[in-house]
Amino acid sequence: MKRVGVFVCHCGINIASTVDVSRVVEDLHDYPGIAYIQDYKYMCSDPGQNLLKEAIKSEKLDAVVIAACSPTLHENTFRLAVQTVGMNPYNCEIANIREQCSWVHKDRTVATEKAKRIIRAVVEKALLDESLEPIKVPVVRKAVVLGGGIAGIQAALNIANSDYEVILVEKQSSIGGRMAQLSETFPTLDCSQCILTPKMVDVAQHPKIRLLTYAELADVSGFVGNFKVKIRQKARYVDWDKCTGCGLCIEKCPQKVASEFDQGLGKRKAIFTPFAQAVPNKPVIDCDNCTYFKTGKCRVCEKLCPFEAINFVETDTYIEEEVGAIVVATGYDVYPVLNMGEYGSGKIPDVVDGLTFERLLSSSGPTGGEVRRPSDGKIPKEIVFIKCVGSRDPEHHFPYCSKICCMYTTKHAMLYKHRVPDGQPYIFYMDVRAGGKGYEEFYQRAQDEDKVLFLRGKVSKLYQDDDKVVVCGIDTLSGSNVEIRADLVVLAMAIRPSKGIEELAKLLKISIDQNGFLTEAHPKLRPVESLSAGIYLAGCAQAPKDIPDTVAQATATAAMVANLFAKEYLLHDPIITGVDEELCSGCGLCVAVCPYDARKTNREKGLVEVNEVLCEACGACAAACPSGAAQQRNFTDEQLNRMVRAILTT
Amino acid sequence: MELSYYPGCTLKANAKNFETSALAILQHLDVTVKELEDWYCCGVCFSQTQDNLMQQIAPVRTLVKAKESNRRQLLALCTMCFNTLKRAIEFIKNDKEKRDTIHQFMDREDTKFYGDEVEVIDILTLIRQIGLDKLKAAIVKKAVDLKVASYYGCMLLRPQEIAIDSPDDPVIMEEIITHAGCENVYFPFRTECCGSYQIVSEPEIVRERARKIVGSAVKNGADLMVMLCPLCYYNLDEVQRDIQEEDATFQPLPVLYFTQLLALLMGLKPDLQDFRLHAIDPRPVLKRKGLL
Repeated sequence: MKRVGVFVCHCGINIASTVDVSRVVEDLHDYPGIAYIQDYKYMCSDPGQNLLKEAIKSEKLDAVVIAACSPTLHENTFRLAVQTVGMNPYNCEIANIREQCSWVHKDRTVATEKAKRIIRAVVEKALLDESLEPIKVPVVRKAVVLGGGIAGIQAALNIANSDYEVILVEKQSSIGGRMAQLSETFPTLDCSQCILTPKMVDVAQHPKIRLLTYAELADVSGFVGNFKVKIRQKARYVDWDKCTGCGLCIEKCPQKVASEFDQGLGKRKAIFTPFAQAVPNKPVIDCDNCTYFKTGKCRVCEKLCPFEAINFVETDTYIEEEVGAIVVATGYDVYPVLNMGEYGSGKIPDVVDGLTFERLLSSSGPTGGEVRRPSDGKIPKEIVFIKCVGSRDPEHHFPYCSKICCMYTTKHAMLYKHRVPDGQPYIFYMDVRAGGKGYEEFYQRAQDEDKVLFLRGKVSKLYQDDDKVVVCGIDTLSGSNVEIRADLVVLAMAIRPSKGIEELAKLLKISIDQNGFLTEAHPKLRPVESLSAGIYLAGCAQAPKDIPDTVAQATATAAMVANLFAKEYLLHDPIITGVDEELCSGCGLCVAVCPYDARKTNREKGLVEVNEVLCEACGACAAACPSGAAQQRNFTDEQLNRMVRAILTT
Repeated sequence: MELSYYPGCTLKANAKNFETSALAILQHLDVTVKELEDWYCCGVCFSQTQDNLMQQIAPVRTLVKAKESNRRQLLALCTMCFNTLKRAIEFIKNDKEKRDTIHQFMDREDTKFYGDEVEVIDILTLIRQIGLDKLKAAIVKKAVDLKVASYYGCMLLRPQEIAIDSPDDPVIMEEIITHAGCENVYFPFRTECCGSYQIVSEPEIVRERARKIVGSAVKNGADLMVMLCPLCYYNLDEVQRDIQEEDATFQPLPVLYFTQLLALLMGLKPDLQDFRLHAIDPRPVLKRKGLL
């Protein structure tokens, strides 16, 4: 029989105040199967671990049971400790007598008796534990990054700079994302494009990055280190190998369409690049608006293209790749003004969202950076900004704070004042949240130097009156109703995860939270991992955040990917549920209950086969198996039966 | 189509025009309404105070009667009654403890009301259910370039739980007006409170409101204003006369019940409406637009 040693921890008074530890040691001393038993004040401390190691050597122990706190805390600690003296870590077991005993009981006698039974049960398990070796899985050292905004760009560049290959997939025809639409950025007021476009060029020129724009993820299978992704390359109707980006086709195209990049303020053509600094700077044909696709006539672009690059019969194609890691950086959309009945439901032309105002401020925007209102092109002299529109409104819209609005609205008011020195900006706010380096100072500057008027209160209603937008609000600091006849109103609309996030999450088998954002593995300690191994998150797809935070998170994501790729093999926990081929009848009951697709029926052999890497040891198959062929390693039926018996025996 | 009908006190007194016109158009649209037997006051604003359960007895009794009538839908024309009854249903459905207390108190009633047995319906939603095409087919008179301002007030839209349309940007009245062949005038105060019972103790509040609401409709080109609430009607019709007295420049706007306009458009006998009840006489406008 194996020689099992038991080490009972006092955990200071956490355990010892409710469980009589010396009594436990005394009573279990002669329990069959326990070769050695000892208690110590803090088993996890250095002396505690040394005591454990010494005892293993001197008492020639084959297995140990540490009766202490939850295995989620220190199982790993103790397994590493026993390994240093040559014991297989799977012979080290934890009996949880803190969370499951001392912390939840008051009666010392009862708690002591329960602690003994818990320890006895784990000793029974340890007696039958096998020595196991982790399962080695090779890693494909190539990552796919979904989304080509600043988050995706930063993640892709950092992974590529670690000398790993990256595929960057972007659904628009150019990378750049939302950041490319912005004018200047808080709190330093440096031009967004000036700091972004060099990075875009870096992406395009990086030898380790394969850029796939106008493309999206179609399918994914596999697991960490070994994903298979299928990417749909949407038909561009322009052969980019032939196209030089000369722009003649764009110039001559007769069909004008509202530009998405300019938030509908300007026009683009049916054959277009979203903006002048696009990367790649090659056009696609928007077949929903192209005259030829709609009427069968035109083909002007085709006739004029000097390189015969136009191809109206192009179809979607699919690219299949094997990758080891996936980064999701799909960004955000702005909650539509349409949803705000009290603010005109989007029907008042001079009520715009913040992103639209960015285009009005941008020197590459439709007004060349002059603040001109959409209705009649006049320069607004009174401008009202309203914050928290849709955000922090759990009753009607969303409960969360969109995080960036306080700062960008302050920036908007400031930039407006720089462009229109005799104009007056007003900001209606609920709170000003200026946490961040240089943010509070920026907010103070807007008040002191730029004379932005901050009004603490909400706006109940907006309406058009002649050529003004009347803003009915309240200033809660003075307690008075405020009515401003504004020329332009800018709404800081809530941030939403970008369209299609639900389908993507389903495809990737990662979860989304109650507000639709992707869920990180731990809100504090694992902020860039999803709950699925090998899938990482960056940017606003995970939660609203500003550019500095997005870049930091994307960099962290790249570090996690590099971390994964640095290993020769991935180690998978060997506690999995196998198949005893003697007993298996191939009935397939376990296949049906497996949530991880780890089990498959082999009809020829009449057996079930297991993909050990996919198995997460949930035990569903072992419970479903009618013949006992599915046995979970170190949790066999025999072990579980003995444990139950040990618990029930007085 | 057959449903129960709860008139409420005002429709038998000050708002007779509302009742006669509404019942006439429903009959014209092949809808049978059966007035509840032995009904009493809905409870009005009293039942909306939160903590006194006694004051919920009146609407609950009415709902019990409606349930006993074995007709699923109960039409409440007056929006105040609609609001009160609808909120009573919400409270009965969602607060089990209070519901039990009320049931214990009402031990003489054979019927217990649980909330889902009766659907209280307003006439706008009812018209939508009858069908806008059917309504359109019933319109026989063509109004000459008639611009109508639809005023919702609060009772059909607030609180949100019982709102018949978006509380901030409703469309249902405008939708019906369009189908009836008239032009809509959008004005920003169409969902603004008229001042309600402030008319009793602080009439100047109501005067200021009426001036704002009517002024905005006039500014946007309205020929007349339509509504469904007798209290709003009083505050916006009668009060205009007071405003006229103190301000000769004030431009009045005739106010009609929504159903009065529909009845005229359907060519129903004008004499079923008593235009003498209006403080601001709508007849000149109606004649000019070819409806009289």
